Amino acid sequence: MDRSGSGSGASSWAARLAALGLPFALLGGLLTACGTDTDVPVLTWYINPDPAPPADFQGSFGQAGIAERCSTDDYRIQTQTLPGDGSQQRIQLARRLAAKDPSIDLMSLDPVFTGEFSAANFLAPISEDQASDLSADALAGALEGATWDDRLVVAPLWANTQLLWYRKSFAEKAGLDMSRPVTWDQIIEAAAENNGTVGVQANKYEGYSVWINALIQGAGGAIISDNEAGVDASIDIDSPAGQAAAGVISKLAHSPAAQRDLSVSNEGTVLGPFAGDRGAFQVNWTFIYANYRGDDATFDDLGWTRYPQTEEGKESRPPLGGINIGVNANSDDVEDALTALSCITSVENQVTYALETGNMPASATAYDDAELKQAYPEDLLELFRNSIDAAGPRPVSAYWSDISSALQSTWHPPNSVTDRTPAKSADFIGEVLQGRTLL
Amino acid sequence: MSAATAPAAHLDRPPKVSDRAKAENALGRKLVLPAVVVMLVVTAYPMIQALYLSLFQYRLTTPDDKSFVGLGNYATVLTDSLFWRDMWNTVLIMLVTVAVELVIGFAFAMVMHRIIFARGVIRTSILIPYGIITVVSAFAWQFAFSLNNGFVNSWFSWLPWISSDTNWFGDHWHAMFAIMVSEIWKTTPFMSLLLLAGLSQISEDMLEAAKVDGATWWQRLTRVILPNMRAAIMVAVLFRALDAFRIFDNIFVMTRGAQNTESVSFLTYRQVIEQFQLGLGSALSVLLFLSVLLLAFLIVKLFRVDLAAARGEA
Repeated sequence: MDRSGSGSGASSWAARLAALGLPFALLGGLLTACGTDTDVPVLTWYINPDPAPPADFQGSFGQAGIAERCSTDDYRIQTQTLPGDGSQQRIQLARRLAAKDPSIDLMSLDPVFTGEFSAANFLAPISEDQASDLSADALAGALEGATWDDRLVVAPLWANTQLLWYRKSFAEKAGLDMSRPVTWDQIIEAAAENNGTVGVQANKYEGYSVWINALIQGAGGAIISDNEAGVDASIDIDSPAGQAAAGVISKLAHSPAAQRDLSVSNEGTVLGPFAGDRGAFQVNWTFIYANYRGDDATFDDLGWTRYPQTEEGKESRPPLGGINIGVNANSDDVEDALTALSCITSVENQVTYALETGNMPASATAYDDAELKQAYPEDLLELFRNSIDAAGPRPVSAYWSDISSALQSTWHPPNSVTDRTPAKSADFIGEVLQGRTLL
Repeated sequence: MSAATAPAAHLDRPPKVSDRAKAENALGRKLVLPAVVVMLVVTAYPMIQALYLSLFQYRLTTPDDKSFVGLGNYATVLTDSLFWRDMWNTVLIMLVTVAVELVIGFAFAMVMHRIIFARGVIRTSILIPYGIITVVSAFAWQFAFSLNNGFVNSWFSWLPWISSDTNWFGDHWHAMFAIMVSEIWKTTPFMSLLLLAGLSQISEDMLEAAKVDGATWWQRLTRVILPNMRAAIMVAVLFRALDAFRIFDNIFVMTRGAQNTESVSFLTYRQVIEQFQLGLGSALSVLLFLSVLLLAFLIVKLFRVDLAAARGEA
């Protein structure tokens, strides 16, 4: 092309024009190719990343598989993957939704975003009929995390919860009766006396708020109430329940049962020590069962029971996680997206998804599925279901991310927690909500 | 250099503008007009928008609660200990990194200026860090300082204050040190490039004359080279200080602001991007802008930098 263009001025211009035009022509061709390929409307579903499929897996995996199965003659569902980190998912979605981006139709949301996204009117309302269909079979904890202002605003796809995982041999050595509910005091003392450790999540991140919230709810209290009042919600953390939570955290932080990296611990850092010589207890999500499957020594010794009680005799409220599906209020095709919502969160899809990824269903009947019963011990499955049913979700508030950050600022590091911490954090949360201080 | 006397003579008599000069000026104004319009749209508009937003309590996720608070956001920020702590961090990072970069950068500039063999290769290798994206450099240094797989702990464990289990991101001063090392490594070449420009403006005759007069190496450096490079040095300090004051990437990658290593830019990022606090965040941005403006003003005034002289336009 260079040679032909070097002749005269005119032909060099022609060559340049041709060079400029060629890519555009190609691009145009590609675009039309895309267009003609699909005559049906395309719904775009923004998903959180799924775990990697096993090497021998055929076809579409996880949420992409659900998208394929729920595509109909009227529309096709395609997935877009969000960042792995929950707070980055929130930022990316909220910025697009606030700009009324119609290209998002469906989205996978962490339950803690329910309040914020609903209050901002980002989510398309679900009709009462559809809501009652979607919630008929859902476990209570999962439902609570999907509800805003007494209405179902998102549909649960799967639910996560935490259990107390323990080494059977250690519990036996310590003489703890694990068939009965145990308290935090009991396991901390048992671990300390028998040279074991208790794994928790206490880095300065959302996981620490999960722990604090579970401790407070377990003592019958709450961080805030009257959540729908937004910045004027009532701040209840400075209460006997708050004191009980602070007591547990302080006790562990000053006990030999604490792991050395307590102040930077997360779901991953506690896995190694649990399998090590001093492994005794850890509170962690449902993935633990699959996690130790390859490690026979630990797996055979792995025991599970309900999340520990904050105060003896008071039922614990295990943490709740998982993913709910929401529909963008500004989607070009809200009607089709709402239809797809019911398919995506159907019992069959929840079961398949649980079998593929190990993420537990949010629907009660899904737990009766024969295949699922084959994949997990029956008592574990039962425990998952009961824990999700009794779970204490983090407060569904439009300001949860602020409250959580304020909580982390005042309760971190764990060894600084005293009986004055609940009062201090109540003041700070109030200041933050009223915009009187920087966070 | 020879033109240095011209402006003095020029000041003595009132300027007389010819018709031709007027016409040229008018044409010049017309020619720059499109550029001015573009600048207004892309620079002035967002700035005015930020100024306007900073007067409101406004969250992206609760747009209905938007309310006018006047200068309330500024009062909140300026009376908040977090803001002043972050401001102190920022100033500290700026002072330390610019001072270190100035010394190392000057040494590099001397090398690049005086080098006789393999000139291209050496100049290029000195400039390589500047060509690397800051995020990449931050990750590289994060791995270098990492407790688990970094080389810093094992290579430097002979130093009394470094051991094999020094957790560089575990406390404030260690983390600040790691951030500053990454920042210095990345931007020293920029400093040396600006200084090299100043160095090459010094006439060899002056140095020869000083040598003949018996000036030692140190005297030639402090009495001839540095005074004649003042404008270049100050431009380098100005550019780097303004850059360092807005430090963000290194902190974002290495600590995410943990261990009190947050800078004012990072605080602004968290308010606007993470918490969607457009009002409070805009107030912070305006304050950040004013700080940069003040800093530039102080450096230009205190050191009497003539930017035109630095460009050789005197």
